[in-house]
Amino acid sequence: METSRLPLEQLEQKFTEIKPPMSRREASIEATRCLYCYDAPCIAACPTSIDVPTFIKKIATENVTGAAVTILEANLMGATCSRVCPVEELCEGACVLGSDHKPIEIGRLQRYATDHLYQKGIMPFVPAPANGKRVAIVGAGPAGLTCAGELAKLGYEATVFEKSQLPGGLSTYGIVVMREPIQVSLDEVDFIRQLGVEVRTGVEIGSDLQPDDLLRDYDAVFVAAGMGHVPDLDIPGEDLTGVTEALSFIAETKLAERDGLERLASIPIGRTVVVIGAGNTAIDAATIAKRLGSERVVIVYRRGEREMPAYEFEYAFIKNEGVEFRFLSQPIEILGEKGNVTGIRCVAMELTEAGHDGRRASRPLPGSEFVLPCDQVIKAIGQEKHLALYRSFGLELERGYVKVDEQFHTTNPKVFAGGDCIRHTGEAMTVTATEDGKRAAKSIHSWLENADAE
Amino acid sequence: MADLRIDFAGIRSPNPFWLASAPPTNSAYQVNKAFEQGWGGAVWKTIGAPVLNVSSRYGGFEYNGEKLVAINNVELISDRPLDTNLKEIREVKSLWPDRAVIVSAMVESDPKAWKDIISQIEDTGADAIELNYGCPHGMSERGMGSAVGQVPEYCSMITSWAAEAASIPVIVKLTPNVTDITKPAEAALSGGADALSLINTINSIIGVDLDDFHLKPNVGGKGSHGGYAGPAVKPIALHMLSSVAGLEGVQRDGIPISGMGGIQTWRDAAEFLLLGATSLQVCTAVMHYGFRLIDDLCDGLSNWLDEKGITSVEEIIGASVPRISSFGDFDLSYKTVARIDPELCIHCNLCYIACDEGAHQCIDLMVDGEKIDPSSYQGATKAIPVVREDDCVGCNLCSLVCPVDSCISMVEVDSGRKAVTWNELTRKRPGVLDWDEMKRYREEVGIKIH
Ligand SMILES: Cc1cc2nc3c(=O)[nH]c(=O)nc-3n(C[C@H](O)[C@H](O)[C@H](O)COP(=O)(O)OP(=O)(O)OC[C@H]3O[C@@H](n4cnc5c(N)ncnc54)[C@H](O)[C@@H]3O)c2cc1C
Ligand SMILES: Cc1cc2nc3c(=O)[nH]c(=O)nc-3n(C[C@H](O)[C@H](O)[C@H](O)COP(=O)(O)O)c2cc1C
Ligand code: SF4
Repeated sequence: METSRLPLEQLEQKFTEIKPPMSRREASIEATRCLYCYDAPCIAACPTSIDVPTFIKKIATENVTGAAVTILEANLMGATCSRVCPVEELCEGACVLGSDHKPIEIGRLQRYATDHLYQKGIMPFVPAPANGKRVAIVGAGPAGLTCAGELAKLGYEATVFEKSQLPGGLSTYGIVVMREPIQVSLDEVDFIRQLGVEVRTGVEIGSDLQPDDLLRDYDAVFVAAGMGHVPDLDIPGEDLTGVTEALSFIAETKLAERDGLERLASIPIGRTVVVIGAGNTAIDAATIAKRLGSERVVIVYRRGEREMPAYEFEYAFIKNEGVEFRFLSQPIEILGEKGNVTGIRCVAMELTEAGHDGRRASRPLPGSEFVLPCDQVIKAIGQEKHLALYRSFGLELERGYVKVDEQFHTTNPKVFAGGDCIRHTGEAMTVTATEDGKRAAKSIHSWLENADAE
Repeated sequence: MADLRIDFAGIRSPNPFWLASAPPTNSAYQVNKAFEQGWGGAVWKTIGAPVLNVSSRYGGFEYNGEKLVAINNVELISDRPLDTNLKEIREVKSLWPDRAVIVSAMVESDPKAWKDIISQIEDTGADAIELNYGCPHGMSERGMGSAVGQVPEYCSMITSWAAEAASIPVIVKLTPNVTDITKPAEAALSGGADALSLINTINSIIGVDLDDFHLKPNVGGKGSHGGYAGPAVKPIALHMLSSVAGLEGVQRDGIPISGMGGIQTWRDAAEFLLLGATSLQVCTAVMHYGFRLIDDLCDGLSNWLDEKGITSVEEIIGASVPRISSFGDFDLSYKTVARIDPELCIHCNLCYIACDEGAHQCIDLMVDGEKIDPSSYQGATKAIPVVREDDCVGCNLCSLVCPVDSCISMVEVDSGRKAVTWNELTRKRPGVLDWDEMKRYREEVGIKIH
């Protein structure tokens, strides 16, 4: 492993947002191209139901502030979503112009509008007068922040507790700089604060404060703790120098982008890097390794190309970055010399019949072991669950995730939950976490109002 | 959030946006739906004389892929039975006391007919009557619509019949199919109109089908002129509005004007307000996109007023009217020249060819400080267009064709001449109306035209 593999200028170029912002004219031409469909499919395709044609029409008439308000009314994380949403699968995928020629660039237009609002520092919402009720929120990621913001708009005193030093959850620490610079996430948090929300960072529930403290001092609690770090592989050699956990690795580059290029250059990186896993995290970690100057990056995945959880466009992107793939390969041991990683031993796999989820599992082919020489191994095989936290709130679980009803109510009457920590099925995305937060705020509001009425 | 409420001849409306008398205001179903979405008022589709409509009524003007830049129609006034219309108007007004409900009417030129229709309209509780002097087809052949609006004497006479019979405000809607809109406007005022509205549709033929040679729209093999409206007519409407807004009688008596013709966005609306309209009517844009347009019309207007630090829409009504002037009073010594920002230039050379062939040949294409001839230039370096400012007459053409925002700006420069208008010059020195004297004058003050 080595630091400073690339000159600073190259790093700067490789660690800036890939998609350029729209110029006024570009936005205006693109917005005018929108048909302004009635009952438009893009609205239905957005998990937060943003009124897409309305906000685009407003861009076309140069009412850009109004456009941003239309977006934020439905989605307080509109600036992050405009950058990180898999729009090909959501709004843009539904655009009626897609089948005719080319869908409207909804994501970039959304970014144009929300960036405008944050640049101008406009606060369009007037929170309702304080109603004297207090809600505690655990976790300052998209779900927690949205819930807090919506509650503040309704007049609640909302306090968010965040164990990390910076708020924003994975928008701040997890989504690579090339998709979302850290400042976008921090601006979004500022906006939530301006709504009257208190965000207390560096406070971990379960250690600095106990669940019972929250249950005692607040009228309701919203748990939006997301997921934890990447779990261990449970194979020999995991404690060797050069074995890296993907999320902390990505977080380093996010912070470095904020602190300056020198910090980015100081991140040690292998000449040959093996990334284990093939989900979004693996793709992102591999992208970063490559962009930090690693000569060869190989993604090792135990199932086949078609079983890969990453999106089609992510796969295309990463192949273009020059990342290689070893499908149907399972790591069984990390090899080392003098405490440093020197390679990884894998066994080849074969696919079995499709299981109940329709995906084909895989099993080892006896006698097929091989070694991939490398000096860094990045683990990206999913995320751990905050089981201890959930238990200490006395919450019933479902496959390790917090169990909630349609109203995001947990089995503890005072506790609601949303975001990645409840997502036991379906895609974990910023936009769904945001929608959870928005809907949970409504549920908390009506639950507390009903409690009052009784 | 700026205050959007207006008071139009005593008619109050929560915002200045009214639906124009046209298909969107055909029925209670539509007007109720529009009011639910926030429209401030509606002028009911013209009622009056019995008619029959034809099938195939509209033609669309599509320009470079943009649909319905304008619409043309051969539709008449409402063909629904009169009592159905009156019953629905009454229902709507009682449901929406805070909105402006105005009824457009057109009957034959007979005082009794006007008296009858006005008493029926007043009976519904409507806030005002709009006299439709505009319909340019079908009705005009029967001595109604533009047949009235084009003859100032008729205009005045019929307005006086209506004004006498009515206790609610009478708005006269003017036709643009005249050479001087101020004549019928003044006639309407002399007849006792409380307010004016303009413009109705413009005579037009939208096109001819190149396959079968039929006119569009094609009514069973025949075509005719129809009424033209929509975004493309806005500049004409703005001109007519400004002419009427500047009239002495309008200024003196504070006659409110309802402006329309091509309003589609809040920006269009703001321009009509600045040129003197108090309320704004919309037809074609709603026929294209539906009532939901009201959201951005109000929101955009309000955000714009907020940004300008203006608290009420009433403050901007007519704010540009004092700037309306005429050629004879323009300062002949005021000078602007085009300046091209080489950093922003994308080398499309549209400014070059526009000036070279459509203006005054004062843009050069330069490479390394040398002027090149584009018809023979083979070099790899892209040429930069540069304006010879001494030769530039400040016509704006290059800046109008430039596809890049703020790449070509028109900047004011000192002409070194004393301010003088054409009216002043020809008064002081009438000799300039002859070429010899004009040449001497130019030499004296240093005007060179090549
Ligand atoms: C590498 C990576 C890339 C991704 N890329 C995309 C993408 O491109 N597009 C997309 O839509 N989604 C993407 N996602 C998913 C998306 O980031 C998440 O779905 C979303 O952030 C979930 O929001 P959340 O609020 O539920 O949780 P998080 O964003 O994880 O926030 C939870 C917060 O709770 C805090 N917390 C946890 N425990 C405690 C405690 N005990 N006390 C106090 N605070 C606590 C955490 O520190 C964290 O800040 C990506 C995820 C990863 C890991
Ligand atoms: C199809 C159609 C029917 C119309 N019918 C009437 C009418 O019955 N009475 C009337 O006063 N104006 C009528 N108009 C004119 C409109 O009220 C309005 O003056 C004109 O369309 C200009 O506004 P716009 O550019 O917003 O469409 C009609 C216009 C159209 C397009
Ligand atoms: S819009 Fe189409 S369907 Fe409706 S009346 Fe006109 S021609 Fe018929």
